[in-house]
Amino acid sequence: MTKIFIIALLINNVVLMRFLALCSYVGMTSDVGQSIGMGFAVTFVTVLATAATWPLYHFVLAPLGLGFLQILVFILVIASLVQLVEFYLKKNVPGLYAAMGIYLPLITTNCAILAVTFENISNKYSFIESIVYAVGASLGYLLAMVLLAGVRERIKNSPVPGFLKGTPILFAATSLIAIAFMGFSGLVK
Amino acid sequence: MKRLWKIFKQGIINENPLLMLMIGLCSALAVTTSVSNGVGMGLAMTFVLLFSEIIISLFRKVIPSSARMPIFIIVIAAFTTIIDLVMKAYFPELSKSMGVFIPLIVVNCIIMGRVEAFASKEKVVDCVADALGMGLGYTWVLVGIAALRELLGNGTLAGVQVMPASFQPILFFILPPGGFLVFALFISLNIWLKGRMQKAEAKSAAKAEEVAA
Repeated sequence: MTKIFIIALLINNVVLMRFLALCSYVGMTSDVGQSIGMGFAVTFVTVLATAATWPLYHFVLAPLGLGFLQILVFILVIASLVQLVEFYLKKNVPGLYAAMGIYLPLITTNCAILAVTFENISNKYSFIESIVYAVGASLGYLLAMVLLAGVRERIKNSPVPGFLKGTPILFAATSLIAIAFMGFSGLVK
Repeated sequence: MKRLWKIFKQGIINENPLLMLMIGLCSALAVTTSVSNGVGMGLAMTFVLLFSEIIISLFRKVIPSSARMPIFIIVIAAFTTIIDLVMKAYFPELSKSMGVFIPLIVVNCIIMGRVEAFASKEKVVDCVADALGMGLGYTWVLVGIAALRELLGNGTLAGVQVMPASFQPILFFILPPGGFLVFALFISLNIWLKGRMQKAEAKSAAKAEEVAA
């Protein structure tokens, strides 16, 4: 169990090692507060989506032989789940909605979430393992977001070589962070 | 014809989805460890983009604007499922090495972005030009990144040994950090190219004015 968690969080970090969710990684890290908000919103939805899609696949799609509809069904489930969460938070938890609400619409097209739900199925995880994997992977996303947001605040005040100005420097910095993360690869045998 | 050419050209450099609009990045970095993966992903993506744009453009007058997002998603998901099954059946190795990134075409922002911004408003012919241009813009970047990474990281191109035997492969380029670095350089290159093209255009415009004067 801890093995799945560590692998998802550090060794196979969704952003730095697997290149998932790069759009929001570049788009939403201009300040640390924003990146934390987005990170937690993604964590929340990933866990919910896993809790919804795992039973759906194993109790509905697989017994009916409809496994090939996986892509279509999962994306619709996630899209409607995000909508429901948005309505619920708006009505019942306005504080949390104010913190996280603006990020929710963006999450539907966050590929990390969809990838995690697919992998839970293809790796044949049990329900509990799937949840652990979802938590680990999405916290890994949060970690990468916060790291880049911190680096970006430093970049703002640093002399960047002309040809790397703008987005190129972000990817160059990410490359260095990714090298650091490669050091984790021996953590779990 | 000229208008179609103009639409087609947009996607290749000026509005290159990957390097300029910064969308659809995930698959571009993840699958570019070898040229064959890059070509496969580029074609799969172009296929889904082309047919989604055609279908949505055909039905653009009937789709109610309040329900357009779910409809777009269903259309895109349907074509993604088709390409996923086709790749699994006819190119099992390629499909395996790209893994989860084929199904992930469904959430590729390039497709959603083009469908929303272009196909839901324009005629079918224009959409074909747009989809092919964007698809080509996506594919050339993918193949470019993949070629550089495969050449330096493995000494091969599309599986064929090209570097001399004495060349020591630089593993870094195949690994994820190398992907990020190569991508940074490609964005930088594209910004430079775009700047040069604009300068050349400005120059020829100035010349034309001079001639007119």
